[in-house]
Amino acid sequence: MGLELTTTRLEDAAGWAKKARDAANWGRKYSLFTYPFVTACCGMEFMSVAASKYDIARFGAEFPRFSPRQSDLLMIVGTITERQGPVLRRVYDQMAEPKWVIAFGVCASTGGFYQNYSAMPGADQVVPVDVYIPGCPPRPEQVLDALILLQRRIQESRGHSQVAEAQPARR
Amino acid sequence: MSTVQTYVLGQKNAADLDAEQELPAELMTINMGPSHPAMHGTIRMVLQIDGERVVDADVQPGYLHRCFEKESEYATYTQIFPYTDRLNYVSPMLNNVGFALAVEKLLGIETPERCQYIRVIIGEMSRITDHLTCIGASAMEVGAFTAFLYLLKAREWFYELLEELSGARLTHSYVRIGGVARDLTADFDPKLRDLLNRTEGVLAEVETLLTNNRIFRQRMEGVSVVSRDDAIAWGFTGPLGRASGLDYDVRKDYPYLVYDRVEFDVPVGEHGDCFDRYLVRMEEMRQSIRILRQCLDQIRPGPICVDDLRVTLPDKSEVYNTIEAMIAHFKLIVDGIRVPPGQTYSFTEGGNGELGFFVIADGTGRPYKVHVRSPCFIALQALPSMIRGALISDIIPTFGMINMIGGECDR
Ligand code: SF4
Repeated sequence: MGLELTTTRLEDAAGWAKKARDAANWGRKYSLFTYPFVTACCGMEFMSVAASKYDIARFGAEFPRFSPRQSDLLMIVGTITERQGPVLRRVYDQMAEPKWVIAFGVCASTGGFYQNYSAMPGADQVVPVDVYIPGCPPRPEQVLDALILLQRRIQESRGHSQVAEAQPARR
Repeated sequence: MSTVQTYVLGQKNAADLDAEQELPAELMTINMGPSHPAMHGTIRMVLQIDGERVVDADVQPGYLHRCFEKESEYATYTQIFPYTDRLNYVSPMLNNVGFALAVEKLLGIETPERCQYIRVIIGEMSRITDHLTCIGASAMEVGAFTAFLYLLKAREWFYELLEELSGARLTHSYVRIGGVARDLTADFDPKLRDLLNRTEGVLAEVETLLTNNRIFRQRMEGVSVVSRDDAIAWGFTGPLGRASGLDYDVRKDYPYLVYDRVEFDVPVGEHGDCFDRYLVRMEEMRQSIRILRQCLDQIRPGPICVDDLRVTLPDKSEVYNTIEAMIAHFKLIVDGIRVPPGQTYSFTEGGNGELGFFVIADGTGRPYKVHVRSPCFIALQALPSMIRGALISDIIPTFGMINMIGGECDR
């Protein structure tokens, strides 16, 4: 391994771009504003996670925002039915990039034990999901764990919208 | 072809000024929900508004239709308990108990005394969590976030104790037909007593935060008044009906389990507004605490399930060692409990009012039909008339105090 003192300008620029991206990701992962799309029973556990004992704010996912424009993390909490699906998609589309999605509970992940004409087999039928949390409902600790998992993904630029962002635009 | 108008910058045409005098006469249609923080994610309201006043409202539930009634037809009686948990998920135990009582009525069995006390205890604990959540969420929606945190702190204690008992924080599935899943834990009694004392403290704190809070009162007082006659006509029950002065509580009027052995009062409101609904819920929690204390004093050791192999699962050690018990176990798991043909309506006092289960059995291990009389669905039909003529901001406390729970309303 020899000493390499010379760098081309291009490499230099790439290095700086990476540093800038890392810094941006670091900022993003600790300032997640949640949009809770609460529909069903899991909402009770979501309340617990947000309230004093489990206090999700400690992990950099602040108090919920109830406007999709102000939030960057969509938490799908509860069963998504066929009727609810288009609404969910619309909320997702209204959020500004980059954005992340967590499916909270088995209903949002797979439909859970509601396998019938009405319940959708998972929210990923309509929106891309980054992290799935199993459990019916998940324990608050699981939610915090999922949040940390998501933060790791964000730091590594592996979120759905981040990957799309990095890809060159196709003409 | 439209006429072309000329405008001079900074100067208005006289004709335009005249046109501005006429305010638009048509009403504005706005859409509230389903993804609205106060709509619990499952209700869409199409409002006709005139300025800030609601002229008409079209309330559309159904965003959380999960086919409880249909799925029940494919599940054995025991397998339905998880589904009932998710009906009114704020007070799952009450739904469990309600459904168990309906099936037991069809079977014609009476559960042992200890089991009945346990059911009352867990039911009242669930009722407290229901009211805590309802008041907490409504307070948060009208801006009192601190009260929400206090109330959820207390709810968390209840969840912890119920988790020790049943293994799940929220969806307990603890009740079985003919009994309950397991006995109370060894230190349940002192823990619950301690918990009740602490909860009383929290309630006192919340009273000081909310009851005399001027903002809270102004948002709640005189909002969406429902008279006693209207409440009867709409079929209101539970806290909503009682706030309107309707003195009806299933626990008092048609006592089931051991409610006739405990003393408690039924709080009744005078004005029928949102503030009364809040007060009634606060008082009901106190009464539940009273019931719980009496139950803890009265409960005696004994069996927790009926002693009938056609209904109750035999003990595990017997299943492994005797052929009868193994066959009984097998039949109960595979075929389900055979309920004789017939139909029944059984009603209990749920968190939101009269929670009824209508069950038709056809002699097999699965019901032919299960219908739920969900109290908040029935209260919801009155919502358009309650908010007609009110301000948009009045919708929030009204809806919060109806305590519409999606799982129960849309089923
Ligand atoms: S995962 Fe379970 S608790 Fe959560 S919404 Fe679905 S049924 Fe309810």
